[in-house]
Amino acid sequence: MKRLVLTIFVLATLFVTAGSAENLTIGFTVSKTGALNVDSLEQYRGFELWRDQVNAAGGIKAGGKNYKIQFVNYDDESNTKRVQQLYSRMILQDNADFLFSPYSSSLTATAAIVTEQYGKIMLTTGAAEGKTYTLGNHNLFQMFAPATEYFKGVLDALKTKDPKATVAFVYEDAAFSVAVVTPAKAYAQQLGLNVVFTEAYAPNTTDFSALIDKVISSKATVLLGGGHYADGSTLARQLYGHKVPLKMISLLVAPDSPQWGELGDAAIGVIVPSQWEPQTAFKAQYGPSGADFAKAYTAKYNAPPSYESAGGYASGLILQRAIEQAGGTDTAKVAAALNATDITTFYGRTKFSTAGNDHGLQIGHAMVLAQWQKDKSGLVKQVVWPVAAKSANLVYPIH
Amino acid sequence: MSGIFASMIDGLLIGAVYGLAAMGLSLIWGVMDVINLTHGATIALGMFGMYILFSAFPVNAYLLLIPIIAAGLLLGLLIYWISVHWVIDRPQLASLLSTFAVNMMIIGIGTAIWSTSPYNVNFTLPGITVGAYTFTGNHMAAAGAAVVIALALELFLYRTRMGKAIRAVADNREAAELMGISSTMVLALAFAIGISLAASSGALVSTLFPFTILSGASYQMKSFVVTVLAGLGRPFGALVAGVLLGLLEGAVTPFIAVSWIPLIEFGLFVVVLVLFPRGIFGRATA
Repeated sequence: MKRLVLTIFVLATLFVTAGSAENLTIGFTVSKTGALNVDSLEQYRGFELWRDQVNAAGGIKAGGKNYKIQFVNYDDESNTKRVQQLYSRMILQDNADFLFSPYSSSLTATAAIVTEQYGKIMLTTGAAEGKTYTLGNHNLFQMFAPATEYFKGVLDALKTKDPKATVAFVYEDAAFSVAVVTPAKAYAQQLGLNVVFTEAYAPNTTDFSALIDKVISSKATVLLGGGHYADGSTLARQLYGHKVPLKMISLLVAPDSPQWGELGDAAIGVIVPSQWEPQTAFKAQYGPSGADFAKAYTAKYNAPPSYESAGGYASGLILQRAIEQAGGTDTAKVAAALNATDITTFYGRTKFSTAGNDHGLQIGHAMVLAQWQKDKSGLVKQVVWPVAAKSANLVYPIH
Repeated sequence: MSGIFASMIDGLLIGAVYGLAAMGLSLIWGVMDVINLTHGATIALGMFGMYILFSAFPVNAYLLLIPIIAAGLLLGLLIYWISVHWVIDRPQLASLLSTFAVNMMIIGIGTAIWSTSPYNVNFTLPGITVGAYTFTGNHMAAAGAAVVIALALELFLYRTRMGKAIRAVADNREAAELMGISSTMVLALAFAIGISLAASSGALVSTLFPFTILSGASYQMKSFVVTVLAGLGRPFGALVAGVLLGLLEGAVTPFIAVSWIPLIEFGLFVVVLVLFPRGIFGRATA
């Protein structure tokens, strides 16, 4: 009898002191198929690495409980209609506690309508367009620096290197790239740069011959634009094939992928505005260092992380910290913790706007420029701007 | 060289590939009175055929057209027996639906195997540079291959007994049967040639642009425009109409945004349907 009482006492003590384990469900869609596949998969790997590391360490510890993270995710086929259906499903049927965004501004804008409708918190990553945050959303929090920031660094660098450059904007006719190029064009003119050609192309364009002929005719010396991986890599390949005499090429998103190196000589010299690069050494106040993140990622996926991967991982970190600070998973308390967030992780600073007209917009994060360069080991991506953060000098002109 | 000439040359080169794609649709439509909705899917299969063969045998990609043409013929016979043979004498809607069903099956299987992610055939031929403009070797080779295949088909149709039989069945199936021509065999062959042409055009496109299993749809739409321009059952006319369409695209793109091109193409489609219902190269009487 004594032994039984003792056993019950020990078990009860263990139960109380160890904290009860609960599952925390995070829902999101991944573009496993379709045009956004490459970038979306890299974002997913960031989510996945964060989940595995947190669960291996016992889960998120908050309010005396340990929350084991489980994912519910589906293939959105790079399609907004699927996103609408699937985010409703994850909230209503799969009972997701929190949501991460799909990849891309277009898909995220659609997902945001659903998550706001149901009052669910969604951390958005891989989605830089800022308009979504001006629509009065309360539970949407952006991890990426907004689209207006993307080409600022490129244009500043260009102004320094070649103020007489002639600029062409050739970009995907999609929410993100339009949101990037519209302010960039105004900024270029403000800097006194000569914008000689601007044209958008339809998403899924594969034949850029006509546009390339127009760029050549415009006598542009610099081309800025692109959209996502599929069109950006095709545009770069065809610019190279047509031997367009450009001194600088900067494309959105696509050149950040490690796959970019597979383009061979067409990849050389291309610049990508980046949310994060492994060379950017921020002193992390929370979570792993950049070096530790990159090492763990490379070990798991046998490829270096892109900024989409870093954004995915950082989204998990920021949510984790907010849950810890809120002492649980109550939506209002976690939202309050996110509103109060001002922290530097390996990914850089994260701070969300709490203003009524752009609530949730990222206002703390800064971008860098990365350029594909050739060194003894082959093609490598170097941070070239801002000068204070550079790992190599900007190569200009590239031809 | 001015931009408009460069743009027109680019248009002419890609137009030949449009023309080859449309030849398959035109042949089947003209000979069998079947609107083949597997056309886009077989163009996509041609793309993946080239990708698989080039991955296995990284030789000059254009040499790989030969096995793709042969495989296209076999695939065409298979599709004919699955979806066309049993409905050939029924109203046109039956073959339209049955080929649409096969189209969906091909796309479904293709999506399961390759997903809808883009693929590339990493083969490059040196191009020619004139002033600031460079015309890629792949575009020139693809256009050249399209013209060679189209000429071979023309020779087959007008210089061989089997070609004559196909034309006879196209003109009057009952009369051809009374002359001892096996219309079933001729129809199967015509369908197989049409599918093979679609697959070979897909293979050529794959050397120019990235592609997915869904890429055939846009070339199918262009094929409809080209077929209507040329007139039904005029395969070589389809090649010429394809080149004209490419030239038109090339001529207008310097003056308007590229995204307006589909509007012009389909506007032309409607105009030709109204003014030249038998197509530019169509016969005055049926």
